[in-house]
Amino acid sequence: MSDETRKIAFICSKGTLDMAYPALIMGWAALGNGIDVTVFFTFWGMDMITKDRVDHLELAPVGNTSMKMSMMGMHTGNLGIPNILGILPGMTAFATKLMKDKIAALEVPPVSEFLQMMADGGAKLYACKMSVDLMELKKEDFIDGVQAIVTAADFMDMTEGAQMVFI
Amino acid sequence: MTTRVIANKTVAVNDEGFMINPAEWTKEIAVELAKEESLPELTPEHWKVIEFCRKDGLTSGKAPTLRRITSTAGVTTKEMFALFPKGPAKKVARISGLGKPEGCV
Repeated sequence: MSDETRKIAFICSKGTLDMAYPALIMGWAALGNGIDVTVFFTFWGMDMITKDRVDHLELAPVGNTSMKMSMMGMHTGNLGIPNILGILPGMTAFATKLMKDKIAALEVPPVSEFLQMMADGGAKLYACKMSVDLMELKKEDFIDGVQAIVTAADFMDMTEGAQMVFI
Repeated sequence: MTTRVIANKTVAVNDEGFMINPAEWTKEIAVELAKEESLPELTPEHWKVIEFCRKDGLTSGKAPTLRRITSTAGVTTKEMFALFPKGPAKKVARISGLGKPEGCV
C-alpha cells in the first residue's frame, strides 16, 4: 500500500431513492477500505440531506424504462410497470415501498441511517451553496452529518487529487 | 497460493496477504498481523471485535461486513473507525485470519 491516502469524492445531484444509494454504497465501501471520502450534495441531491425529505425519497415508475425488477417474488421478465399505469395515483408510493422493502431485505439501512454511518466513519458531507440559496434552505434544515455549506470552488479546493464520481 | 511464517507458524496466504485457512489462525498471529496493519497494541476492545469476527466468520464461512459488525457486535461505527483506523473492514478481517469481506455494506 502506498503511503498517500487515496481520495474519492461523490457529487450527489439526484433526489430519487434509486439515485441516493450509489454514493452511499460506494462511499461506505471506500471508508471500509481506508479511502478518504467527501460527498457534495447539489440540486435534487439536497433532498438526501434535508431532514424533512430524507425519509421520504421516492421512486417513480413513470418514464423509468429500466424498472423491470421482480415484484413480490414474481419474475416479470421483460415486462415492467407500463407508463400508462405509472400515472395512476399511488403508483409512485407503490414502487417506492417495493424498492424500500427490497433494500431492507438485503439488510441495507435507510438513507438517513446510512448517511449517519458515513459521517461516523469519517466521510465529509457538504451542501452546495448555490442549491441552498436556490431552495431557500438553512444549515439547520440538514441532518447532523453535514459539516458545512460550501461553494463549488471550495469543493474543488477540498478535493484536490481525489477521484470524482458524479451521480 | 503461497505460505509464510507468522508468529513461528507456517500459514497459507493469498496474494493480498489474507489467510486462506481460518483454522490456522492463532492469537499470536493476530498480534503480528495487527502490527503489519499499523496497530502496535491490541486492547480488550480490539479483541472483542476480533473474537466476534472469528465466531461469525467460522459460522458463516466468510468475514463479516463492517455493517454486520456494528449492528451485531455491540460496537459503534465511530468506535470501529477509532479502533481500526483507515479501513476497518479489511483490517479486522485480515487480523482475524478471514478472507476479505464479500458483502457491499
